Amino acid sequence: MSINVLALLSAMLTIATPLVWAGIGELIVEKTGVLNLGIEGTMYLGAFIGFLVALRSGSPWLGLIAAIGGGVVAGLLMGLLTVTLGLNQHVSGLGVTLLLIAACEFAFRLLYTGARPTLEDKFQVLLPDVPVLDQHWLTYVAFLVLAPAAWWVLRATGMGYRLQAVGENFEAADVAGISVTATRYVALMVGGALMAIGGAFLTLAVLGNFTLDIINGRGWVCIALVIFAKWRVWPVVLGALIFAGTDALQLQLAITKTFSDIPRELMLALPYLAVIAALAVWGRKVHYPASYLQAYRRG
Amino acid sequence: MTPTRPLLELSGITKRFGDLVANDAVSLSVASGEVVAMLGENGAGKSTLMKIVYGLVRPDGGTITMDGRPLDISSPRDAMAAGIGMVTQEFSLVETMTVTENVALSSVGLGRVDVRAARQRVVDAMDRVGVQIEPERLISTLSIGERQRVEIVKALFHECRVLILDEPTAVLTPQDVRALFETVQRLRRTGLGVLFVSHKLREVAEISDRVVVLRRGSLVGERATAEVTTHELASLMMGGTAPEEDVASAVGLPVAEVPEEAPVAPREGAGTAERRPVLILTDVTLERPGRPALDHLTFEVRPGEIVGLAGISGNGQTELMNVLGGVELPTSGRVEVDGAAVTRLDVRGRLDAGLGRLTEDRRGSVVPQLSVEHNLVLEDLPSFTRRGMLDKAAIRAHAEEVIRRFDIRATPTDPVSSLSGGNMQKVLLARALSRRPKVLVAAQPTRGLDVGAYRYVHEQLHELRDTGAGVLVISEDLDELRSLCDRILVLFRGAITGGLPVAEATSERLGAMMTGESVEV
Ligand SMILES: Nc1ncnc2c1ncn2[C@@H]1O[C@H](COP(=O)(O)OP(=O)(O)OP(=O)(O)O)[C@@H](O)[C@H]1O
Ligand SMILES: [Mg+2]
Repeated sequence: MSINVLALLSAMLTIATPLVWAGIGELIVEKTGVLNLGIEGTMYLGAFIGFLVALRSGSPWLGLIAAIGGGVVAGLLMGLLTVTLGLNQHVSGLGVTLLLIAACEFAFRLLYTGARPTLEDKFQVLLPDVPVLDQHWLTYVAFLVLAPAAWWVLRATGMGYRLQAVGENFEAADVAGISVTATRYVALMVGGALMAIGGAFLTLAVLGNFTLDIINGRGWVCIALVIFAKWRVWPVVLGALIFAGTDALQLQLAITKTFSDIPRELMLALPYLAVIAALAVWGRKVHYPASYLQAYRRG
Repeated sequence: MTPTRPLLELSGITKRFGDLVANDAVSLSVASGEVVAMLGENGAGKSTLMKIVYGLVRPDGGTITMDGRPLDISSPRDAMAAGIGMVTQEFSLVETMTVTENVALSSVGLGRVDVRAARQRVVDAMDRVGVQIEPERLISTLSIGERQRVEIVKALFHECRVLILDEPTAVLTPQDVRALFETVQRLRRTGLGVLFVSHKLREVAEISDRVVVLRRGSLVGERATAEVTTHELASLMMGGTAPEEDVASAVGLPVAEVPEEAPVAPREGAGTAERRPVLILTDVTLERPGRPALDHLTFEVRPGEIVGLAGISGNGQTELMNVLGGVELPTSGRVEVDGAAVTRLDVRGRLDAGLGRLTEDRRGSVVPQLSVEHNLVLEDLPSFTRRGMLDKAAIRAHAEEVIRRFDIRATPTDPVSSLSGGNMQKVLLARALSRRPKVLVAAQPTRGLDVGAYRYVHEQLHELRDTGAGVLVISEDLDELRSLCDRILVLFRGAITGGLPVAEATSERLGAMMTGESVEV
């Protein structure tokens, strides 16, 4: 049995990329005490709109911009339900996910009966001849720009203070003159955009086409990662790499002789089991943001 | 300092919560350089009115003007912009952030925060206000008294023209109150107008120019402080219906000359040595980075005595409460309740062993969304369970009884989150007392209570003691300890520096011990 380590690492980075985008998006939202279970649907929407617009316009860049717009709208929708109307965050998030997936599926089936369109022009990898570094620019941005920027913003800027204050004690934030509503809306919109980019990465960069199971639970993985990471940026990245590494390994093992007898379903489940194991070990005794799941209402 | 021109004016402010009228057409004004004190029973509507001015509560009617110009205050942000600052009765601090971050929170923009500069500004502000707290400490590690100081620094961090102080002194030491008053006096000379809520008549007499009294939502009186007697104030607060001796005992003397409460004589046979102590701490140590929070702490409480634990907050009170309550395990040492070791038991086990507790963090001790009646029985569900089901009738009857006895301004089904600060405190006290604990550990038991309730709680604690229970009272308020306790111990840097029977516990001796001078027990 032989494992190609370089191919494995390369695949790991690619698989981790959408998780880093969406995971950090979810982290930003949850910092303000809002659990956005709309993440799975928002990623789906990003993947679909990105693909649709790229296909029609011929430009993956326009596709990406459209996906970002879609993510912002999905965030606004979550805001309307959980912040303005103060509805239950679990129900709202699941509702948004179900709605967005159903709408995209419906549109996809309506538009492309039978045919399996593929993008003529998708994002190409940079440095195709260098192993491991043969990645898409969105991967580079995720690891080298997004993660450090998010870390810095949360740690060292007034915006970061505000997000944390709203998430930990929204009454105190209000007393300090910070608008709980505005802060949560901004976080939901930015987070939604990042989630949508994560989804669009799959269609615009990796696959070049859209399939109905394209997100396949990656949003839920991000929810777990954020808890595992205890709402910190770098552990989210680490968790994404662990998941992606297990997934890449599983893909390689599945094609080797030794492991071909093991049921495929079990192999596919491996990375998810890894996440559950990681949560069981590190996800205990976590301090949730104190205003988690709560809507803010003044007296 | 004579008041000059009216600065802030409220007129006809009305606020209803359902059927309850929390503020009924209240009108009052504060002039530049003037300190207006507001008195009223628990639940009278003081905090509601203050929150309306600060934009935390939307009034149903009435207008607010500043310099004669109408203000539309729909959020604290608007209030701050209009030059209004506030110390809220319930703390508004983010526990996971540092002192500096909390104080600077309202003035940070969106971009990079210059932590160094922010820290320096916070330290400067603390110097101005006479407060010393390490700026890098997390709020979650601070005691209630320290948090109160941070709140005051936070409110005075900005220049403001009107400052609202909602019971800022409820958990402060006399020294801190002094520092606060000096700051207020200094600022008023520069034209600051102050609205000051307190239940402590002596403070009101000292700091204010004018007193207004609120009763059941209505403004029932307005007097110049120099001309009013406490007796008159008390009868205004309680209404004509209050029994004469209540009013008299609550105050009795003109505001201007309230002396220190005289210490009561120790009762015959209090804390008799022959009987086995109900609470014993032996060498209890709790390690913390730096120095231990509790350092070989050893003392006992015998049945039939009330022991006061004096000390400047931050010397281990919070940690002691945690260790006693089973929230935190001590690094070493032993805790016994009524003869049984409880060192390793959880909260439930300790309650069953006969420990009652009243923690300083009242917000953390209730389930705010649950009703008053359910919060009252939370620690004692088995007694209210019949054949595996909660006995609703018994719970309701219990709640009605408690509400009547403690004069709690709420119905059994109100969520606790809607209660006034003092009424929330009464619910917690009632819960702890009605379990008839063998030993009651109470931190700041009368925090925020009005004069009537203050007296009632002291009676209740005495009664508990007289039935043979032991009581440990943790407080920074020496006057209260001296009027309540049989014996006073002093906590300094996590250890007992000495103890005195109450008759010998003068403020000077206690004060010396609180700063580390050892005195023989
Ligand atoms: N959000 C709310 N919902 C319902 N009722 C409320 C709410 N806030 C306050 N109340 C009620 O309004 C009344 C006045 O409360 P408030 O907090 O103003 O009293 P207070 O004078 O500050 O009392 P204390 O001395 O105990 O602090 C109380 O009966 C309280 O239960
Ligand atoms: Mg109040």
